[in-house]
Amino acid sequence: MSAVWISVIVVGLATMAIKAAGPLLLARRTPPPRAQAALEHLAPALLAALVVTQALGGDNGGFTIDARLAGLAAGAVALLLRAPLLVVITAAAVTAALVRLVA
Amino acid sequence: MRRPADFQAREPGRTTYLDGVRAAAPIGVAALAFGVSFGVLARAADMGRVAPVVMSVTTFAGSAQFAVASILGAGGGLVTAIVAAILLNLRYGPIGLSAATTFEGPWWRRALTAQLIVDESWAIAQRDDGRLDRHLLIGAGLLLLVCWTTGTVIGTFAGDLVADPESLGLDAAFPALFLALLWSQVRDRSRLLAAIAGAAIALALMPFTGPGIPIVAASLACLVGARKPA
Repeated sequence: MSAVWISVIVVGLATMAIKAAGPLLLARRTPPPRAQAALEHLAPALLAALVVTQALGGDNGGFTIDARLAGLAAGAVALLLRAPLLVVITAAAVTAALVRLVA
Repeated sequence: MRRPADFQAREPGRTTYLDGVRAAAPIGVAALAFGVSFGVLARAADMGRVAPVVMSVTTFAGSAQFAVASILGAGGGLVTAIVAAILLNLRYGPIGLSAATTFEGPWWRRALTAQLIVDESWAIAQRDDGRLDRHLLIGAGLLLLVCWTTGTVIGTFAGDLVADPESLGLDAAFPALFLALLWSQVRDRSRLLAAIAGAAIALALMPFTGPGIPIVAASLACLVGARKPA
């Protein structure tokens, strides 16, 4: 079997198992109140980490400062102006594209 | 905190799958474009036409799939590619825990619907009471799966016609998207604290670990919420 198919199958099975683990292991058992309260704070914690890693992450780890940061700033301005989500995303993409065009 | 128009509070239990589809529609556009660029990258990495599409349906996680395609394309080892992808998807462990009580039915149905969890569908499904809305999660997840897979098909078959995704600024769309999703989450002090702690953990680890680890580690920041009684 080729390396491509092995990676597709192994990564696919592993990802499915990771995604299903919580719902299967905790099946309808309500977590204790403190754990539940912590899990309710998972979304802001992870989303903030995703903003940071997606805006600053390099291909092989570490930091890379590039046009993404200008795009993120434009998206933040759009958010402050209460723009709809599609406008926020587009503002970020267009700004980064323009910065790359000029730079 | 004020929320973007797309994220007006919904009454729990009053949602439909279609609400999830609607809420995810703007993200669907980005997922489609991102899917095209994955297809193009996979084609350039000699992954063929079928394998990338199978991967988009089964793995259904953008950054991990990009990692596999770029590592294999650069002549990196099979094990390196697999490990990198799994590290990037480890965050779905804690995410799955937070969604554990969301799904219904027999074990195979819960396992199957759990596959529709991606960062974006999970973020959209967050309810004001801290639980997850099953209808929003499934509706949003299905739309994103369709967009992501369709994009992959377009990219692998018509990739030559598509411009370089970086020149279109597509890589800047996602941090802004996550910022918008975060924005709708930070509605009290303890959630703001969790966000700051999550970003700080990720920033602190990024110079020292490969991609993926900083995000999983940042999930520990949710513990700031454990002090608050439910």
